[in-house]
Amino acid sequence: MAGLATVFGSGAMTNSIPEIENNDLLFVIGSNTTETHPIIGLRMKKAYRRGAQIIVADPRKIDLVRFSAIWLQHRPGTDVALLNAIMHVLLKEKLIDKQFIADRTEGFDAFKKSIEDITPEKAEKITGVPAKDIVKAALLYGKAKRPAIYYTMGITQHSHGTQNVFSVANLALMTGNLGKESTGVNPLRGQNNVQGATDMGCIPNQYPGYQRVDVPAIRQKFAEAWSTELSPKPGLTATEMVLAAHEGSLKALYIMGENPMISDPDMQHTKKALQSLDFLVVQDIFMTETARLADVVLPSSCFAEKEGTFTNTERRLQKVRRAVTPPGLAREDSSIIMDIAGRLGSEMRYNCMEEVLQEIGGLWPAVAGVTYGRLEEAGLQWPCPTPDHPGTPYLFKGGFPRGKAAFTPVSFEPSKELPDADYPFILTTGRQLFQYHTGSMTRRVPELNEVAPEAYIEIHPDDARELGADDGEMLRVSSRRGSIKLKARISDRPARGLVFIPFHYHEAAANMLTNAELDPVCKIPELKVCAVRVEKETGR
Amino acid sequence: MLHLTINGLRVTVPEGTTILDAARSADIPIPTLCHHPKLTPYGGCRLCIVEVKGINRPVTSCTTPVAADMEVATTTPAIERMRKTILELILSDHPNDCMVCEKAGDCTLQELAYFYGVSDNRFEGERRCYTGKDHNPFIGRDMEKCILCGKCVRVCEEVQGVGAIDIAYRGFNAKICPPFEKDLSCEFCGQCVSVCPTGALTGKAWTQRGRQKDVREIDTTCPYCGCGCSLTLHVRRNEIVRVSSRDDTINEGWLCPKGRFGYTFVHSRDRLKTPLIKEKGVHREASWDEALDLIASRLSKIGKKHGPDAIGGLSSARCTNEENYLFQKFMRAVIGTNNVDHCARL
Repeated sequence: MAGLATVFGSGAMTNSIPEIENNDLLFVIGSNTTETHPIIGLRMKKAYRRGAQIIVADPRKIDLVRFSAIWLQHRPGTDVALLNAIMHVLLKEKLIDKQFIADRTEGFDAFKKSIEDITPEKAEKITGVPAKDIVKAALLYGKAKRPAIYYTMGITQHSHGTQNVFSVANLALMTGNLGKESTGVNPLRGQNNVQGATDMGCIPNQYPGYQRVDVPAIRQKFAEAWSTELSPKPGLTATEMVLAAHEGSLKALYIMGENPMISDPDMQHTKKALQSLDFLVVQDIFMTETARLADVVLPSSCFAEKEGTFTNTERRLQKVRRAVTPPGLAREDSSIIMDIAGRLGSEMRYNCMEEVLQEIGGLWPAVAGVTYGRLEEAGLQWPCPTPDHPGTPYLFKGGFPRGKAAFTPVSFEPSKELPDADYPFILTTGRQLFQYHTGSMTRRVPELNEVAPEAYIEIHPDDARELGADDGEMLRVSSRRGSIKLKARISDRPARGLVFIPFHYHEAAANMLTNAELDPVCKIPELKVCAVRVEKETGR
Repeated sequence: MLHLTINGLRVTVPEGTTILDAARSADIPIPTLCHHPKLTPYGGCRLCIVEVKGINRPVTSCTTPVAADMEVATTTPAIERMRKTILELILSDHPNDCMVCEKAGDCTLQELAYFYGVSDNRFEGERRCYTGKDHNPFIGRDMEKCILCGKCVRVCEEVQGVGAIDIAYRGFNAKICPPFEKDLSCEFCGQCVSVCPTGALTGKAWTQRGRQKDVREIDTTCPYCGCGCSLTLHVRRNEIVRVSSRDDTINEGWLCPKGRFGYTFVHSRDRLKTPLIKEKGVHREASWDEALDLIASRLSKIGKKHGPDAIGGLSSARCTNEENYLFQKFMRAVIGTNNVDHCARL
């Protein structure tokens, strides 16, 4: 999100889900949409049936490839090289929007220079994608009338994730494919309210509504609203907090509904870090792997037990309603937070959750027009500044929040850990359809667990043959950080030399293996590329 | 635009509209079993027949486009007699076990039998007998209740793009099944269950959890991925007994296996029910007062000794906006640090 916010001044999906079916071209890069966002996947299939063409760029033969006009199987971590070559072709073929570039962007000339010699042939050497396919994809995107780009963590979870996002943005900017219906740049958010948590300022450098903590006037506004002094110093990101805990500078951690033990890279390191804290509080609905380490565990309520709102990936606020009462003594997260605040001598009292939303609207104009009453009818997409505003299905119609959008020259940088003689395979991690994130919810649903009971490693048939491994046989997978064993799933989904492990399973946690190397700008870990060794597990 | 009259009422519709859609747009009911507004018209159940002046046989309104100045009658004694006969024929090969059927009270076939007063059947005869059970964990398939409307086949192909099932065999032996009549092995989205007009397809987890009586329906938003699908939770006695979705929302009524079948974690025995405090490496149960007092005193001491930046908070992409707002406000305004983040990057 930091990447898009830098380029446009706002980081979110520029279009909405219903607009997908009117795309005439979908460029899906680094997103296994039909498994990670199944219902958005359905809209993509609907677009396909209505005649849209789909370009899939993914190191794995994901299900969406069945519907694609062309599949670019690039090596993991080579997205920038691929995108730069596509843009090189667009430039050469004059498929760029000069008017848009002149009126609404800046920095084009420097950017243009940066891709002048990135030919498809050069990119073929880096990405493994045939030059003619790169040209074909470029022409498809360049000639489309309503093309949109969709990406997920396949773009962002890299040590150069921000660069990848810049590159995606460059592509949309040079072709003028922004600020119009059914045309734009769409990062698909992976969790029900990850957009909302970011909007609400649960990020270390910004208050609610992407307002920076280090700008005095903004800080003043929040300090007045909250009747207290506020720190001007940007805080630590989640991954930095784990590092700080390990070093000893972070002493206490309060975790509400997260399970970093499973979701963070390099599990051994995460465990040591959390154990070295003086005090760890975990508030959750289950005894997660993280909660086991906590000094105090607080039982909280799940989505079906509370009132409030979620904001989905297309910036749409929707109502969450109480259907059942929480079990035992479990309480709502909001009431727990207010109670702790009270015990620390700060009154945080609200009679109902709508009062909280009203307070948010007073501090962030983009949601000032949203009320629970309006949400009874249907969701509302921010910006929605006034009570009679209908919400905003697509962004940047009249211009970019930062004025002119910025081109950013990006050059290809390899991932931090590449295969070598000791660790010859590239491991990439992700989700599968039947499980969700760290599995604390889905693994407690017997039916889901029955069809997806255990971890597996997807491996190409030729690689499996070389190892002498059969389908379903136990394999040991090791990286420089750890080692796990799990069943082989022989499949032509990954390319040769690439293996895939879903990260939902604590007993064979993919994040025992992954690299905690961070993107320098947004601190996202490199979960999509690390080097591993795969061996037959002997003596099982 | 084309003009037509339906039961004497003047109706105007765009070219290409079917008679069925024209009638429904004018709030004139026509019974159907195989029609679904988001699927291609099928003309299979024949219940939607209507009379059109100038055509000397009944036509299926779901597959017949409106022509200019058409005169349509949706209900005449002859049409209604035929509809009743069609229902009798369908019910002559349908188990009469509404009293134990999951779908009772929410079944299109039952509803039509009620309105047309079909009880005794003139066409008693041979019945299909399917004893095989499908062992997949999600979807109960009772093929004796199947009326071969084909909605499940069409939704699987046209919406889900999977094509896991189709009609096999012909005539009396026709049945809907996966290839080679194996157990269902698909994405288990349950789209087929949501469109089935009878009790042929149901969620296995719903069995004997409660039908329509005493069930409250609460609309909310799915807790899984970022699509933000609308869920309708069907609640009986403080328990979610099944999940459906309204079709007028961004997900158009479609769900994935997690959204449709992944709700039972809410009532899992593993749910945390009481605060816990760790002593000598072991968690013991504690009261809220004890747990919260401990938290307040430890945070306060650590803050005083090491400064507020020695404390961090991780909020949750699973929690609501309001909770996330309160959490960061707590960290910033009460603790005094900007060390607050969530798992956006993971």
